[in-house]
Order: sequence, then structure tokens, then C-alpha cells
Amino acid sequence: MDEKLNVSASPHIRDKVTTGSIMLMVVIALLPATFFGIYNFRHENAWLLVVVTTAAAVITEYLYEILMHKPVTIKDCSALLTGLLLSLNLPPTLPLWMGALGSVFAILVVKQLFGGLGQNFMNPALAARCFLLISFTSRMTYFVQDGVTGATPLATLKSGGSVRTMDMLIGTTRGTIGETSVLAIMLGAIFLLFFGIIELYIPVSYLLAFVIFITIFGGHGFDPQYITAHLCGGGLMLGAWFMATDYVTSPSTKRGQIIYGICIGLLTGLFRLFGGSSEGVSYAIIISNLLVPLIDKFSLPKPFGKGGEKA
Amino acid sequence: MRLLTFRGGIHPNDGKKLAKDKPIKDVLPKDILVYPLSQHIGAPAVASVKKGDQVLKGQKIADAGGFVSSPIFASVSGTVKGIEKRLTPTGSKVDCIVIENDGEYKEVEYPPVKPLNELTKDEILNMIADAGIVGMGGAGFPTRVKLSPKEPDKIEYIIANCAECEPFITADYRRMLENTEEFVDGMRIILTLFPDAKGIFAVEDNKRDCIQKLKQAVKDEARMEVKALQTKYPQGAERQLIYAVTGRAINSSMLPADAGCIVDNVETILGIHRAVSEGKPLLERVVTVSGDAIESPGNFRVPLGINHQELIEAAGGFKEQPEKLISGGPMMGFAMLTLDAPVTKTSSSVLAFKKDMVSRSTATACINCGRCADACPSRILPSRLADFAERHDEAAFIANHGLECVECGCCSYVCPGKRQLKQSIGSMRKIALANRKKK
Repeated sequence: MDEKLNVSASPHIRDKVTTGSIMLMVVIALLPATFFGIYNFRHENAWLLVVVTTAAAVITEYLYEILMHKPVTIKDCSALLTGLLLSLNLPPTLPLWMGALGSVFAILVVKQLFGGLGQNFMNPALAARCFLLISFTSRMTYFVQDGVTGATPLATLKSGGSVRTMDMLIGTTRGTIGETSVLAIMLGAIFLLFFGIIELYIPVSYLLAFVIFITIFGGHGFDPQYITAHLCGGGLMLGAWFMATDYVTSPSTKRGQIIYGICIGLLTGLFRLFGGSSEGVSYAIIISNLLVPLIDKFSLPKPFGKGGEKA
Repeated sequence: MRLLTFRGGIHPNDGKKLAKDKPIKDVLPKDILVYPLSQHIGAPAVASVKKGDQVLKGQKIADAGGFVSSPIFASVSGTVKGIEKRLTPTGSKVDCIVIENDGEYKEVEYPPVKPLNELTKDEILNMIADAGIVGMGGAGFPTRVKLSPKEPDKIEYIIANCAECEPFITADYRRMLENTEEFVDGMRIILTLFPDAKGIFAVEDNKRDCIQKLKQAVKDEARMEVKALQTKYPQGAERQLIYAVTGRAINSSMLPADAGCIVDNVETILGIHRAVSEGKPLLERVVTVSGDAIESPGNFRVPLGINHQELIEAAGGFKEQPEKLISGGPMMGFAMLTLDAPVTKTSSSVLAFKKDMVSRSTATACINCGRCADACPSRILPSRLADFAERHDEAAFIANHGLECVECGCCSYVCPGKRQLKQSIGSMRKIALANRKKK
């Protein structure tokens, strides 16, 4: 019987949580926003763009790994998540091939060429969105809802117009597929918080820093309506809860995460108020992604017995 | 009352219900018993018997090989078959004294004992050393050395480590319930050595009945106190336990005595009681036999040197062929490659599992989720240290506090990528410590 015994180093038990189960939980948390977006943009056939973009991400990962003779990792759901996140960041009328191209860029260039899962230095979905924004600026900033073209609430806000914050909260406005409904996004975020997939450090420091920035520089002082409109507008909520919290591209310690959140908050405010576009979340997050190695270096925790023991 | 604890740690399925309510049963050994000469930290013991010698139960068969060492005693009467290399539960081959049991259990006559108040400190320490008492929780550090700190006056707390935080093990739990008086007496003996110290029984909150029973037993003892700890692994790790009880934190370059503490395990304190109050050497211990592949899990009082095969038989044998056998707990124990190994002074349990979780999981890339850092009781960054270890970057490993690791295994347990973090860090740590010694 002896040869049948396994021998390995301790510990001999493992937690049930796996990389795949974490990724799947995030995908599930995105479903309310996804379904709301598909409903909100039903006249624009948004569902098709979601399906094509997501499928393109998974297929790209599969083909690359087959061609490079690497183990196929599509079962860990990370490519699925990247594709879905990208699609939620696209305007509903974007040509399907552009969505697919974005997915190829996200998986091939940002993720796989840098070593695959865990090695990318930027959030692949956001990097792909910025790539598409630069390459196809007019298509990426063309927003339609119910067949009517127009400005997004955030653009209206920037040009001094008034917006209906209630619509923005529910999400029946123009924007990218997944960003319009703050309620649907918060539903997913609460799900992730409840199951301990994400923590409050990054989103809260991000949102707080952003609110402080626009209070000082927004020209409206502490105007709750203006601030609420900014918080509910554009990709802020989707970015804060689902993209800034991406494990791979955020710092690993609490202290680092707070610094990182503040960085994104300040950059978002800067880009929204003083930039050429009304949007700023994507750029703010990927630039802060680049700061992570530096933040990690300066936020090394103190070990137990050397000051790090206090709760 | 707020439960005492530390930062970090994990809550694995504790599996204790399998053996928790099984009273301690005595097991008699079959014909062959094996006594490794090295079953403690320090110099190996030196055999004082030779092939063919007749020995009695309780007779010394090996002398301590130095100050940091410990003697070994025959736990049965019989004939010495020889001194040969045999496998220990931890997988190493060491010199062992092999004794054939004659089944008569003829015991040596122990010298009469004096009452505690007539003994000097040195007499007590010598009795503990001569009885072969070592830390029986797993480390095997000679107890007399532990009880002889440089500045005995600075010891404020004697902590009885009653956490038993490893899943599945219930040996200490049963001991505390069934041998409460002897246990408290052991503590009384240690406190005699340190007149200014307080005795603390630190028990995890999942053993409420022990807490009650101990509180009852010490209600007239002015110098003893029972403290409840939060149930969390590794609550019984020495540094974490000291912090939970006293709020004092020590790092890898300090000793418990630097925080005014001495920590001893339940079985060790019972050994001290038998050595000083009964004059008997260390001949036995309680071992938990448990796991889902065991027919009837339980707690067994066995003579040291008994074969693990007999221990499994005492628990009804295997329900099913196990994939993994573990000597000790599932978090820090050793995977056994065969049952043909003796129970030593540090064997707290043997666990048999139908399925081996480790072989069923493949390591994948780190996604930087930070779960290992949250779980680490030493507050270091396991994922980063494992990277340094795999790259063999000793300088970066040390600069990032890799030597503070206590090898509790929490990081490997929580890792969603199923990486062998503790194994990488542990190996690098041993290399770094060895290199440091060379300098």
C-alpha cells in the first residue's frame, strides 16, 4: 500500500477559492450591469456587441496558447472577464469588428505578450478601450439611445448644461453599454464586497479623493447635485468598483491601495475638469496602474514583532 | 469578554468533531518498539544499552548527548534487538534503539518523590531533564533548557499553550478534560521555579468545556488564570500566542523570554507533573488518530516507540485506502511515506485522508490578490517572498523580512492560484539561516 501514498510539503489542506472561482464571481457581479445595458440599448442591438467582444477575447486567448504550445487557461475565466469588461466600456453602436479588435489587443498585446495572467502591467480591458478611443475616436464617442443621438450626461455637465441625476442613477441615459446604471453596478459591487472578493480601500479612497478634487476645482463648491451628477456620470462607478480593484494591476497592501485610490481620484478629476474630453476614468486608472510597482516599493508592511502586529 | 487574538490567520474546517468526544483509550504495543535517538532539537541522545541487553519499563536506554539534548527511556520491558537506521515519521532515517517487547511490562522501581515544597529549583530542573521531557507540541525543544532562561527574575508569564489550533487534533483537548488536576499540578511545579510569574492557561474558544473545567480547577490558585482565545489558526504559534495573551510582540531574533514569557504545551506540562510529582520518566503520550479514511477516529494513550501501523489498527483500521497520511496536523504536519515508523515524543496525531487536496491542485500564476498577505500572521508578503525564493535572490528575500516567516502555511492555504508559497519560502529561509551561521 505504501507506494500509493502522496508525499508533499505542508500544509496538506487548501481553501476552496480558486483563481477561476474569483473571476467567475466578478463575471456574475457584472451581470446586472450587462443585462441592464442590453435592455437600455435594445434598439441598438447592444447584446450582439457584448457577445462578439467577449467571445473574441476568449478565442484570442485560446488560439494564442494553442499556437504557442502553452497550457490553455480559458477555464480560469480571466479572458471571459476581460472581454465582458471591455464590451461594457464600448458605445452600443460600435461596429462589431472594432469590439473584436479591442479584445484581440487586450488579450494578445496587453496580457499574453507580457507573460499572461498576472503579468500584465495595465488593466487589459481599459488599455484596449484607450487603444480604441485613440484609433477610432469618432465611433468611440458616438452615443445613441433609443435611436436618438446626443451627448452623454457627463458631456452635458461639462458644457454647463443641466442633467437629470435620477435617470443617471437608474441608467436610462446615453453612455457605454455597462456604465449607465449606477444601481446595477452597485448591486454587483455589494455582491463582491459581501463575498470578500473586493475590499473598500481602493473604491472609497478613489471616490473620496475625486469628490474632494471636484469640490475644490469644479467651480461649484460643495454642491451636492453637481457632485452626485459627477459620481453617477461616465465610467466612474464601473471603474471604481470593477476596474481599479483588479488584483493584478493594483497594490497588494492596504496602505498601497489607499495611495493608489487617491492617485486615480486626483487624475480622474484632473482629466474630467481640465482635459479635452469629459471622460477621464480609463486614462486615470491605466496611468495609476503604471505607478503600482513604485507604490508597492514604498508601502512595504512592517512585520510582526517589528511594529506590524497591531490590528 | 473580548477574545484575545492576533492579526491575520485563517479559519479552516477544524474537523475536530471526528475525535473530540472519544475518551482517551490505552493501547498496548505488539512485539517491536523503536526509539529514535534524535527525537528532540539538539544533540542526539547516546545509547546506553547494547544488542542483547534486557531492559525494564522505565529504564534509561540513552543518555542526553549534551546540555541541549534529552535522554530516552524504554516504554516496555524486553530485549534490545539492536541499534539500526530506521525511518521516523518526518521521513528521515536516524539511529534507533529497537526493543522486543516481552509483554510483561516489568517496571523499574522509581525513587521516592519528595513533596514540592521540599525541592530546590535545581532539583526540579534536574528531575525534568532526567525524565526526558521535551516540547511535545511538535518542536521537541528540551524543556529544562526552556525553563532555564538567562534572567529568571524577568519571567512574568508561564503560558500553557492550550490553543490546539491545528485542525483535527484533539489530544490536548481530551488531556485537559480528563487530566485536569495533573495538568494544573504541572503548572504549579513550573510556577515554583518562577516565584514572580503568573500561570496562564490560554485556551481557544472552541473548547468552552475545557475553559469551564480549568476555571473551576484554578479558582483557589492565586497565581493562575484561564484566558479564552479566538478560535483561529495559528493561534497556538508561540509568537502569536504570546501577543494574544500579553500584547507583546517578538520577532525572529528574539526569544519568548525577551517578552517575559515561557510557553509550554499541554502534554509537556503533564510530563513535568509525572516527572516531579510521580518521579516517572517520559514513557507515553496521547495521540489523535483521525481523518476521513479512519474507521473509528479517537484519542489513544500509547507507549513511545509503538509503530504507527498499530495505532491505525487501534482506531479500527482504514475505511478506505488513504491517499495521504500525515504525522501531526494538516497545516504543519509531515506527509508520511509509510506507516512503518514509531511514535516519538513529538507525535501529536496521525491523520489519514481519502483524497489529497494538494495533488489535485495545480499551481497557476499569482494574480496579486493579496490573500496571502492578509492571512500571514508574521505580516510579511508571501507572494513576493516566494518570487524571491524561486529566483534564489537571497538579499531581496532577507530585505523583505523573509526570515520572519514562521512556516505556518496560511499563505499556501489561502492562495487561489494554489501556489506552494510556504514550501518556497521555507526552503529559502533554511538556506539563508544556514548561510548566516557560516558567517
